[in-house]
Order: sequence, then structure tokens, then C-alpha cells
Amino acid sequence: MTTFDTTLTPADLKSDISRLFLKKRLMNFALPAAVLAYLAYVFVVFDMPGLWERASLDNAKTLVSDSYSYKTHVTRDNRSGEVSVAIEGERKGAYPDGMSPDWVALGETTVIDLEDGHTVTFGPEIIAYEIPGYGTVRATPSRSAGVQAELPAGDVPEWISVSKNRLAVTTEAGRLTVTRNRAEVFRYFAGWELFFFTLDSPYYGMGAGELMQRAATGEGGAIFQEFWTNKMWRHQVVAWAIAETLLMAFLGTIGAGIIALPLAFLATRNFMPLRSIRFAMRRFFDFVRGVDSLIWTVVLARAFGPGPLTGALAILVTDTGTFGKIFSEALENVDQKQIEGVASTGAKPVQRYRFGVIPQITPVLLSQLLYFLESNTRSATIIGAITGGGIGLLLTQAIITQKDWEEVAYYITLIILMVMLMDWFSGWLRRRLIKGEGGKAKRKRRRPEEGGAFLLP
Amino acid sequence: MADLTAARPGIEDIRQHYTAHTQRKRLYGGILLAVFVALMAAGFRTADARNAGSFADGFTRIFDYPSEVLAEAVEKAAQLPGHLVHFFPALVETLNIAAASTLVGAVFGTLLSLLATRGMAPWPMLIPVFRRISDICRAIPEIVIALVLIFVLGGGPVPAMIAIAIHTAGALGKLFSEVNENASLKPVEGLTSVGATWAQRMTLGVIPQVGPNYVSYALLRFEINIRASAILGFVGAGGIGYELKNAMSWGQGRYDEAAAIFLLLFVTIVAVDQLSGLLRDRLTHGAKA
Repeated sequence: MTTFDTTLTPADLKSDISRLFLKKRLMNFALPAAVLAYLAYVFVVFDMPGLWERASLDNAKTLVSDSYSYKTHVTRDNRSGEVSVAIEGERKGAYPDGMSPDWVALGETTVIDLEDGHTVTFGPEIIAYEIPGYGTVRATPSRSAGVQAELPAGDVPEWISVSKNRLAVTTEAGRLTVTRNRAEVFRYFAGWELFFFTLDSPYYGMGAGELMQRAATGEGGAIFQEFWTNKMWRHQVVAWAIAETLLMAFLGTIGAGIIALPLAFLATRNFMPLRSIRFAMRRFFDFVRGVDSLIWTVVLARAFGPGPLTGALAILVTDTGTFGKIFSEALENVDQKQIEGVASTGAKPVQRYRFGVIPQITPVLLSQLLYFLESNTRSATIIGAITGGGIGLLLTQAIITQKDWEEVAYYITLIILMVMLMDWFSGWLRRRLIKGEGGKAKRKRRRPEEGGAFLLP
Repeated sequence: MADLTAARPGIEDIRQHYTAHTQRKRLYGGILLAVFVALMAAGFRTADARNAGSFADGFTRIFDYPSEVLAEAVEKAAQLPGHLVHFFPALVETLNIAAASTLVGAVFGTLLSLLATRGMAPWPMLIPVFRRISDICRAIPEIVIALVLIFVLGGGPVPAMIAIAIHTAGALGKLFSEVNENASLKPVEGLTSVGATWAQRMTLGVIPQVGPNYVSYALLRFEINIRASAILGFVGAGGIGYELKNAMSWGQGRYDEAAAIFLLLFVTIVAVDQLSGLLRDRLTHGAKA
């Protein structure tokens, strides 16, 4: 009980209260001020003003436009006069000889229709680009004289760049580059190219209806095979990578739970009478948790090499420490009465644990395992990027090439879907499994520091 | 209503019923366990087969690398303090990334949570939208945003900070809105009745109630973010992770540097873990007088 000093005069009381208010007011001001001061410090330390200079807007533009569109290259080799058409200029996306999309008419003079009146003609000698509202740009590449360009009269607009050896025209319809050795036209299209079938597949360009019809007449396997082995998007590889990532999360989390449960008993006051073992066990958990998953990943990658097993073991080791701590806290809070009750029927120690203890901690145990399963799906992506396994590896590889941004966008979409699916799945399973014991689970979780707060790495 | 007039079942009936029930339960449990064990075993074998080195081979070599590092660190023990001083700025950078992203993430998380809690949201129609936003922010692994931003902004701490802040905003948004749901709405109603704006209602009516819990969650997040920023350093953002990657790529002969970095990281994580544990305990239980 607090006792009040009744001898205080109103004036004293008032000054006390004013002091308290002043303190509160100062605190209210000082805290945001401290946060702001810190952020200002970070602003300077991280060199935010210099960031703008270092930032490459071109990169950002390529990234964004590439992730939802693709370009088809029409290339003429000026020495041999051969014209080839390839999606993204990659060999995997090249049209077979003599084949071309319907907007390219191959022949003695190749006519490329870029729509809206824009037409590029690859003649035997002259390359011409007809631009509506401007005129025709002509270029004559030759080995001896470089590129001789003829532009309509007037100033050269800024979307055309001309030099002795190079002509580049960039319009909204596409882009033409002429150098001494070759002439190249890019035409942009929205969407992800060749997502289902590559050009060499017999099913390329078929509608969904026709595919269904063919699938119904017994070609289903072949159609799936063509899709599955798509060289451009490598659906098989991606599916395996996702499976590997999920496998890492699953093996790591469940394995950690299986190892941590018996060890947790050794770290509790009520099940382990020997103080030294208890202490050693707790320090062991702290150590395993303190050595970051980054360090474990690095160390284990040395021993096991890159791959999903290394990732699974890294998750397993790190989480053993966390689970050990959480489980031992849950075990210290179990109700002794239930164990006594089981013991009074003559149960042996193993039976006492099985029927007296385990049912009490099952809700905490399961909900923690499922929470971690979800969060470890995310960790597995990151660990995969370091050790080399799963979707994380594919993502880093695609980013390193710096041109397959549509694949990066695809992988990011897949990763987000995967994590959200795991989130939903673990939540659903948690509700299903703990439904009957909902009341108990709630009672156990009332103290936020024991469980509740620990959950979300 | 139960039929009370029916004859009581005999003990034999009850026993039979009970035995059948237990047997069925055991059977289901057994099947579930068998499936689970089979899944684990199959998963392990698949992972083992797709790994570069097998489990059986690697198992004996787990301690090779740590012992090499340790041996070299002991050999060059005299240089260790120098390395610790040398790498300290990198550690500070990692800590700064974690702290700044936690602060920024907490601010946005607070906003998201207030906008997504029934009774507090200014636009109740948009609650599901804000929930989905925080779900998506939470679902994106930091590394995805970090790698993309490194491409656009160049290497350094800022991409890592933004990436971690986005994830933190989503994670804290969810936790905070759980806290908000337990807060009393009476102060908010009181403030509404005197004509307070939404911002005033939130800062004066809700934040004082949920403040300690918010800070406790944010501290926990800070701990997690230190680990995350160390990892992101390894893939190209600055800080101690980057130094670790460099020290490791030098290989043998420079293991003493790697050891110094391991030590710094370990000590920091344990220290922050203990400190934030203490602080959180005080916040949720009040100061121990």
C-alpha cells in the first residue's frame, strides 16, 4: 500500500505536480527529438545526398520496362546480307531459318513493319527507316566508309544519333541501330515471351482451345513435356528450386523441433534437478542462437558444399537454440497436478512425460513449429542465395546477368506466392490442430513474453 | 435433449466403446506418424541427393573449418585487437542499418496497424486493403528487395535499409494491430466527443495504451534485423557481412580476420539479445522496485 503524506500544503502539492508535468512534457519532446537526431545522423552516415548521383535511373527504367515487356531483334549481317530474327536476341528464342513473325517480310529486301506507319527496309545496299511526320532516314553501311547516313533536311532531332560509324534511331515504335557490320531493329511487345512454348515447339502459337482439344486426343503428355522443358523459362528447374526451398524449411524446422524437445527438458528447473547440466544446456541454447544463421550457413557450406541439405542444416542448427529456449520456458510453466495425477495411477516416468507433460505443451509446441515453418520459408530463400540452392540461387543468378528482368519478376512473384501460401497453410493447420484445445492455448499465451512475443523472426 | 429414460449402458458397453475409441485414435495417430516419418526420410534423401556433398561425408568435416579458423586466430592472437578495431566501423554500419530500418519500419507499421484495426481506422472500408498491404510487405523476403535496389541504387547500406524497413513495416503492422485490438476504445470515443481529429485521437488515445507493447515488439524486431542486415551485407549491401565475405574469399592466411568478424558478430548479437530481453521484461512487467 502506498501511504500519502497528509502534512503537505497545497502549494507543495502543486509544485510537485508541475514538476511531474514538466518532466512529462520534456520527455514527450525529447523522445521524438532523439529519434529525429538519430535519423539525421543516419542520413549523413549513409550518404543519402550522394545516393541520388549514384542511382542509375537507366537501370531502373530497363528493370521496369523489361519486367513486363520483351523485344524482338531483327538483325542483318551486313557482310553476308543474312537476316535473322530472335526474341531478346537470344539463341534460345531465335526463329528457325526462313521463318519470321508476320510483321517481318523476308526476301531480297526485308520489310519490317513497326506499325503506325513506321517501316524499316533492309535493302541490298541501303537501309531505310520511314518515320511518319519526319521523313525517311537512309543509311549505307560499307566496310571502307563506315556508315553514311542521309537524314531529311533540318536539325538532327535528339532521338537520332549519328556518327561516322554508327546510326541510332529511337522512336516509340522501336529502335534501329546501324553499324558497319550489322543493322538491327528492336520491336517491343508487352508480356512475357514464349512463356508456355518456345519457337521450336510444335505447339507454339496455339490457342488454349486447340491445346485442350489436342490434350483430349492423347497429346496431353507431349504438351506438358514441351511446356515442362521450355528452354527459355525452364519451368522444371524453377519447380525443383521451389521444392528445394520448401524442403529446406520443412526439414530444418521439424528437425530442430525433434532435436530441441528432449534437450529442452534438460534445461528446465522442474525436470532437471542437476543445476550444472541445466546451466550448461541453457548456455548451449544461447550459444547456438547467438552464432547467427549467417555464420552457421558459412561454416556448414564449407563442410557439405552448396545445396539444399546445407540450407536445411543451417536452419536446423539455428532453430534448435530458439526452440530449446521456447520449449524449456513452456515446460517450466506446466501444471504439476496433471503429472501427479498420472503418477498416482502407477505410470512409469516415460508414461508420465507422455501423458502428463506432452499434452500440456502441445499447443505451444505446434503453434511455434508452424510459425517458424512459415518464417523459415523466407529464410530458406535467403540462405539458398548464400549457399547456392533453391529459388534464392535462381533469383541471384537472374539478377547478376542484369538483363533477364522478366525472369526476376517471375521469380519474385513465385517467392511471394510461395510465402503467402505457406503463411495461409500454417495458419490453417494451426487452427485445425489446436482447435480443440483453443481455451488452453489462449490461457497459456496470456503472458506476452512467453511465446507470443517470440514468434516472428 | 438427452433421453434420460433410456436404460443406462452397462460397464461392459462403456469399456468396449472406450477401447474401440482408443484403438481408432491410436491407429490414426500411428498412420499419421508413419506418413510423417516417411516424408522426413524422403525429404532428407532428396536433399542429400541434390546437395554437392553428401551428409555422411560432410558430417565428419563439420568442425574442420571452425578449427582451422580458430587455430589461425590463436596463432595470430596478437593481431586480434587490431582486427577488432579495424572491423568496428563495419559493425556500426550493420547496427545503423538495423536501427534505422527498425525505426522507419515501426513508424510505417504503426500507421498500417492503425489503418487496419476495426474501431480505429478512419476508412473502415479499406481495412482489408491495408491488411493485404502489410501481408505482402511481410511476405517479400528482404533479399529480393535488396538485390533489386542494389542494381538501381548501387551497393551500400541504403538498399539494405529500405529492404529491411519494408519487411519490418509488414511484420510490425501485423503485431501492432493485434495489440491494438486489445486496446480500450473508450479514450478514442472520449476524444471524438470533444472534436479531436483522427491524428489526435490516435496519438492521445491509442498510442499511450499500446506504447510499451509497441516498444517491446520493436526491440525484438531490432534483434532480428541485426541478423538480417548482417546477412544482406553478405550479398552486397555494406556492413560486417560484406567484410566477412571479403575475409572469407581471401581464404587461408586471412582466417584471423574472419575470426575477428565472427567474434564481433557473436558478441553483438548476444549483447543485444540480453539487453533487449531485460528491457522487454521491464516494459511488460513494469520496473522491479
